[in-house]
Amino acid sequence: MSTIIIYTVVSLCAIGVASAVVLYLVARKFRVEEAPRIDQVEALLPGANCGGCGKPGCRGLAEAIVKANSLEGLACPAGGETTMPSIAAALGLEAGARVPRVAVVRCGGNRERRPRLNRYDGYPSCAAEHALHRGESACAFGCLGLGDCERACAFGAIRVDASSGLPVVKEEACAACDACAKACPRGVIELRDKGIKSRRVFVSCINRDRGAAARAACGAACIGCGKCAKDCTFEAITVENNLAYIDPRKCRLCRKCVSSCPTGAILEVNFPPRKTELPKFEFET
Amino acid sequence: MNPMNKLIVSPSPHIHGGDSIEKNMRGVLVALLPALLCSVIFFGWGALYVTIAAVASAVLFEHVIQRYLFKQPTAIEDGSAVVTGVLLAFNLPATIPLWLAALGSLVAIGVGKMSFGGLGNNIFNPALVGRVFLLISFPVQMTTWPVPNGFETTDAVTGPTPLALVKQALRAQKPFVEVLPAGDGGHSLLDLGTGSGVGGSLGEISAFALLLGFAYLLVRRIITWRVPVSIFLSIALFSAILHWINPSYAGPLFHLLSGGVMLGAIFMATDYATSPMSYRGMWIYGAGIGTLTIVIRNFGAYPEGVSFAILIMNAFTPLINKYCKPKRFA
Amino acid sequence: MKTFTLGGIHPPDEKRTAGSAIAPLPLPGQVAIPLSQHIGMPATPLVAKGDRVKAGQLIGGAAGFISANVHSSVSGVVLDVKAVVDASGYARPAVVIRVEGDEWDESVKQRESPDHYLSAFSREEMLASIQAAGVVGMGGATFPARVKLSPPAGSRPEILIVNGAECEPFLTADHRLMIERSRELLIGTRFLMKALGVEQAIIGIENNKPDAIAIMREAVTKHTLGIEVCPLKVKYPQGGEKQLIQATTGRRVPPGALPIAAGVVVHNVGTVYAAYEAITIHKPLVERVVTVTGKSLERPGNYLCRVGAPVSHLIEAAGGLPGDTGKVVSGGPMMGKALASTDVVVTKGTSGVLVIPAAEALRNPSRDCIRCAKCVRVCPMGLEPYLLMTLGEHRQTGEMERGRVMDCIECGSCSFTCPAQRPLLDVIRLGKSRVGQAIKSRK
Repeated sequence: MSTIIIYTVVSLCAIGVASAVVLYLVARKFRVEEAPRIDQVEALLPGANCGGCGKPGCRGLAEAIVKANSLEGLACPAGGETTMPSIAAALGLEAGARVPRVAVVRCGGNRERRPRLNRYDGYPSCAAEHALHRGESACAFGCLGLGDCERACAFGAIRVDASSGLPVVKEEACAACDACAKACPRGVIELRDKGIKSRRVFVSCINRDRGAAARAACGAACIGCGKCAKDCTFEAITVENNLAYIDPRKCRLCRKCVSSCPTGAILEVNFPPRKTELPKFEFET
Repeated sequence: MNPMNKLIVSPSPHIHGGDSIEKNMRGVLVALLPALLCSVIFFGWGALYVTIAAVASAVLFEHVIQRYLFKQPTAIEDGSAVVTGVLLAFNLPATIPLWLAALGSLVAIGVGKMSFGGLGNNIFNPALVGRVFLLISFPVQMTTWPVPNGFETTDAVTGPTPLALVKQALRAQKPFVEVLPAGDGGHSLLDLGTGSGVGGSLGEISAFALLLGFAYLLVRRIITWRVPVSIFLSIALFSAILHWINPSYAGPLFHLLSGGVMLGAIFMATDYATSPMSYRGMWIYGAGIGTLTIVIRNFGAYPEGVSFAILIMNAFTPLINKYCKPKRFA
Repeated sequence: MKTFTLGGIHPPDEKRTAGSAIAPLPLPGQVAIPLSQHIGMPATPLVAKGDRVKAGQLIGGAAGFISANVHSSVSGVVLDVKAVVDASGYARPAVVIRVEGDEWDESVKQRESPDHYLSAFSREEMLASIQAAGVVGMGGATFPARVKLSPPAGSRPEILIVNGAECEPFLTADHRLMIERSRELLIGTRFLMKALGVEQAIIGIENNKPDAIAIMREAVTKHTLGIEVCPLKVKYPQGGEKQLIQATTGRRVPPGALPIAAGVVVHNVGTVYAAYEAITIHKPLVERVVTVTGKSLERPGNYLCRVGAPVSHLIEAAGGLPGDTGKVVSGGPMMGKALASTDVVVTKGTSGVLVIPAAEALRNPSRDCIRCAKCVRVCPMGLEPYLLMTLGEHRQTGEMERGRVMDCIECGSCSFTCPAQRPLLDVIRLGKSRVGQAIKSRK
């Protein structure tokens, strides 16, 4: 009896030792040489793998930074104020200045202002609907409302509002990683400078159709009339292809254009209420 | 245009063939009816009670898990839980206590199906997970086979299954032919085919009834013939070789008609979620099941091996799917 | 009987207009003729607002090799050249014309000169006529016919296949054309054979059209050599180029290659007819047979319709839009395009207008895949649609490419079959465009 036990124990030990040797050899043969600094940088990144930096996940960015040994053009858009400075400190590099930005939805065509003419019944994805036709409304530029942006967001910062059919950005959660803007097949979402006290003025439309067509499709469309550009004291507004655009670097937040826009396509956010009445439009509450 | 009558826009195709999960499940149930009828005839009402208990508990557990654990809309109306219940019952002896059948359903649905995420996501055939759990946990109850005596009211007589007889004979190195046709406990191949007087699980005894179901499944295009046929072929081939080398091993016809081969090959191995997607994969999968069945039956500890063979090949299915791609049009 | 070997489905036939003769449609009051009715560059507009045009007059010039001429289908006054929503679902440039009378351009001969057809026209003349007439593939792909008739250097066409399969349910335009214009089709086939320099032609017809098979067979035996009528066992997508080639000749076109790689050129019967008219009477492609059909339409039928007429005009002729309409499809139910409005106009590629009642128009909700493998079974290209859809949902573009997604011919057999009602093709199509972009960006 005891011999059986001894045989068993010995043979099991032998198998164990043999396996250990094999594993050791395999591990040595296939060891991947990686700079320990990559792990160090990766640990400092948020780990959301949002892809906002343009690299495949946080590890990809860490590898790129260590390989380049510079932060030139390599930055984590999703990390807070401290992420890049802390990486710079860890690697002994210089971190560039970072302007805080936020995702902005440039479409005001909610269900009331942009009548739906037909009904989409395919795979619920904006990209699929965009490939099929101009959309349920007559606007070939505006938001399709099927939430590709919502699904792309790793931070739960953008969500399609059921009643308006338009996405709403939760500013405090938005990491400005650009994932939603990339996911949007129509380019409705723009990353804009957050602005002083998060105050912003922007054209909430990207329709490049001529005025009459744009207006027929949507009551909130920019019709390219150019009134805002004329009224702007700081030459911050340009009108191209029947569409106005406000340069955030030039805009001084005077809000003159907001009142002059005949369709209410220019929005102001996070300003204290004014005394004079404005065209009522709910956004980013 | 009238706003109430907006035109619908969607990508092509604009028509659908009308197939649905419910139709497939209903088709499987219809195909199982002849076998159920046979088992009621041979085993009496007990067979029906076990089936009802297994089905009712499977549906109940699926509903409870989906509703209260996953907090999803329940999908019991798709009929997949009913099919699992029936298949589990078909793998149990007709005299098994009903609470054991219910316990088997709990394991089948809870562990075999829902823990993987429900219909379509499970790796192992749920009914077989339930069956093997019962077989290992309650070996006595699970291997007490009633000898079919129909609706006669005398106490149930239990006896060994043909496979168990063959196994005993094999251990004693007696030639196979001596066991089979001989009087007590022996059966002719015709008995095996019809299920008359043969001990075994309640759904597996009548090979002919199961083949009738197979024909129905093929006509309705619910399954393809490839998995069952490759199982049959590999069993026949492998057992014929063994029988030729050593006549103690049973011959191909006996192996095909006895035990759970028909039930397993036609209804369990063809389970959608756990079988390969490509034709080539189906051949490999079926051949694996057939070979393993014969290996277990002839060299393993258990007299029957179909359940284990299917479960083992279930585990290989993802691998088969990865490497066996359908033939390219080229 | 011959058919293709891999996959395929059997959708309901629904050829309810098979017996109705081709009826010319009255002229609409106004037409909008899109400048992009073909694959490739849109034609350049040659007319401006206020111009008078005649039917058959060139109003858009081909812009490049892969492009096609566009002609006015009516006589009248150009109201505007502007973007109009077409079957693509987007607004694209079109010439809007108010119809006045029906005066034809002088270049279009009223009658053909009888016989001497083959000897009368040289290869170059024929190709020039086809190009001038703006003939494009009329089976739906709308590829400029001239391009297909000019095989690239180094390739040698051996067989011309005339596609009379018409495997889409409901559609009967090609069917009627074969019955009523069999002689013209045979002459057209001979023309194209000469243009390609091939000695053999096969007309593939599914055997749910026995009358067309009989008539074409009779015409073949009476007239010409080298043309064979090949009846095919009904199976969708028989009309797919690669499927048809395999069904009729047994040859297989390699993945990613054109049919010419297998020595074959395929033309739809509609295209052959248009080529015939272009060569013999210099008539440009400005009208075509359109099947107007649907379960609740009053007078479904096959109509000879001018290009640019709104779909609503066709539906009026068929008895008006039924009250229960849910969907209007341009083309057949398997590969057609759903229209957002009936103002969309008929183009060179419009083979049918299908009106689907609301009760059948909405899709059932999609459920989880049960891995039944039916999509794999029916895929005529040997793909795994279930897997491609899952990969597409997770944006696994590289894996989709390895899954051969670019082989997909978008026939819709997978979505048609799926018991869980999954929108397989929607996602696969999306994946195709992503993979296509990835391939392009690599170059």
